[in-house]
Amino acid sequence: MKLTRRTLLGTAATGAAAASFPLTRARAAGKSLKIAVISDFSGPYRDDGGPTSVACVKQAVADFGAKQKGYDVTVLKGDHQNKPDVGVGLARQFYDQGVDLVIDVPNTAVALAIQGVAHDKNRAFIDSGAAGSSLTGKFCNAQSIHWTYDTYMLAQSTGGAMVKAGGKTWFFITANYAFGHLLHDQTAAVVKQHGGKVLGNVNYPFPQTTDFSSFLIQAQSSGAQVLGLANAGADTVNSVKQAHQFGLNKKMKIAGLLVFLNDVHGMGLEIAQDLILTESFYWNLNDRTRAFTKRVLPRTPNNYPSMGQAGCYSGTLHFLKTVHEMNNMKAAANGAELVAAMKKMPTDDDAFGKAYIRADGRFMCDAFLFRVKKPGESKIPWDYYTLLETTPAAKAFMPMAIEGCPLVKA
Amino acid sequence: MMMIFGKPAPLLFGQLLLGIINGSFYAMLSLGLAIIFGLLRVINFAHGALFMVGAFVTWGLLHYLGIDYWVALFAAPLIVGAFGLLLERGLIRFTYKLDILYGLLLTFGLALVLEGLFTNGFGSSGVSYNGPDILSGTLDLGFMFLPVYRGFVIVAAALVCFAVWFTIERTRLGALLRAATENPSLVQAFGVNVPRLVALTFAGGVALAGFAGVLAAPLYSVNPNMGSDLINTVFAVVVIGGMGSIGGAILTGFGLGVIQGFTEVFYPPASSVVVFAVMAIVLLARPAGLFGKAA
Repeated sequence: MKLTRRTLLGTAATGAAAASFPLTRARAAGKSLKIAVISDFSGPYRDDGGPTSVACVKQAVADFGAKQKGYDVTVLKGDHQNKPDVGVGLARQFYDQGVDLVIDVPNTAVALAIQGVAHDKNRAFIDSGAAGSSLTGKFCNAQSIHWTYDTYMLAQSTGGAMVKAGGKTWFFITANYAFGHLLHDQTAAVVKQHGGKVLGNVNYPFPQTTDFSSFLIQAQSSGAQVLGLANAGADTVNSVKQAHQFGLNKKMKIAGLLVFLNDVHGMGLEIAQDLILTESFYWNLNDRTRAFTKRVLPRTPNNYPSMGQAGCYSGTLHFLKTVHEMNNMKAAANGAELVAAMKKMPTDDDAFGKAYIRADGRFMCDAFLFRVKKPGESKIPWDYYTLLETTPAAKAFMPMAIEGCPLVKA
Repeated sequence: MMMIFGKPAPLLFGQLLLGIINGSFYAMLSLGLAIIFGLLRVINFAHGALFMVGAFVTWGLLHYLGIDYWVALFAAPLIVGAFGLLLERGLIRFTYKLDILYGLLLTFGLALVLEGLFTNGFGSSGVSYNGPDILSGTLDLGFMFLPVYRGFVIVAAALVCFAVWFTIERTRLGALLRAATENPSLVQAFGVNVPRLVALTFAGGVALAGFAGVLAAPLYSVNPNMGSDLINTVFAVVVIGGMGSIGGAILTGFGLGVIQGFTEVFYPPASSVVVFAVMAIVLLARPAGLFGKAA
């Protein structure tokens, strides 16, 4: 046979078709499902997502009893390196390989990009690790669910509580990108709504900032009562650590607007003590959360799950329950149909208890306000939080009427 | 209250001081880079990673062996220096005869490997290290409260920078080093073991990064990415000072720290860009850098 471009293409096409047969057969007989964890596996958010998120997804597959129920579930993972283009490439590749669900994705910029891919491919997407409330706002779509938390909830819970406790004047230190601005704007709105005042705000370059002393001095000289940190990860750790060095913690209350358990672990209690923060999951909250943590720890012995990772557990479990309930693998492969079914069914698991998913894709769970314990109060490893207040789900998240999600209007 | 350009004067004095503190880190790191480049012609991209290793060694000494800060101040640079010696003998020396880009690629790869290994071992949120109790208070300077430890950083950095400059520019050992870079075969003919001299120079430059790592451990979050956050700025400092100029690296380091400090008051979002803006202007006016000799 003469080798021309046309014959080559023809051979390739037959090959591809042949290769796809076993896949379709397996789907029909063994009910196979693929879940891909796209997360930060090497950068600043690795400990808040990364390998522990994968462990939580695998735990959900085990707790669901996938094998016993006749499902063959594969868990894949991809490192988005905090770059939207890398994330989009991974998501496309995974969905094209027949992945039914992409989950986790910390970093709002990457999450927004992948949410678009999920829509184009009509496949399910659950975001657990990112904060931006716009995921269920103007960028919402029928294939996506935002689990765990968002910037609005953090602002309401941490911001609202601090103002009510007498912190009327605020100074913000804000990471100069979409997430930082969203967190700052929403918290500042809460402060003003409760009769407080914002005395100043510094937008610092992100990343590349390791020294916050200059901004801390400016915060100090503003005379504000509360220092609001609209940043995350290592930046938060650095700002809190340095605030202590300058004795700011003695004059001002420090509000960590987004702090995960793993960040507190990185800071150490000596530095983190008395920090006020919000999470929607804490391993030592009640018997169910402790039971879940006990089960998952062997898979992630050095890093306890925080809310984003617990969200991966809860989201995966609900996804599997819904697929089982639908009992129709063809419909389950249709992202919009699957997500609609997930919204109809209330959720219930050990990490978040009973909850539900709103029409705009917002997972509705309670928000917990915590104070970080002093070194003497902590009795066992990772025993870091004292519960101060619970905001019920209906109050914690932005009302759909003002959120502007096109799905809801339609 | 006295105002300067619409900002209270005490705030600006405070910034000046903070700028000098940050500048001392730039100075120490760029000094090591300048020595390695000046004498070995290697652009050491692993410098930031070795700074990070210095901080982790400091933490490790306390955490695993119970060795406190003051011992670590000497032990950690030695350990990092010894590690540098291994790198030079095992890998980097093979790039001397090649184009300068090979050394750059090799050290860049080494930096990625080191950061990857530490991320795997310790996670990305890092570990916490508290400085010695005796330096934990604050000093009332009238215009600001200065943490004692930061004052200590300025003094330690200034002493080390001076010692290194003096050794290279004013002693016989320094003269040998400089001669060995100008004409290695001639110096070898005088009975000097040039490869050993070069290896020790690399180790010394790397030990400076380790020393900066020890000083940084109580100040910043000790995490695997702490070096890569800093290294770009430090390279800009070296370029502005004039590649390979020892005194230039020190003065530029402190100077840019101060410029950055003031930018953080007047327009914070520009504070990471200002260094590169200065670099562009300097390169337009003096392509060899402020203190460099034109090639």
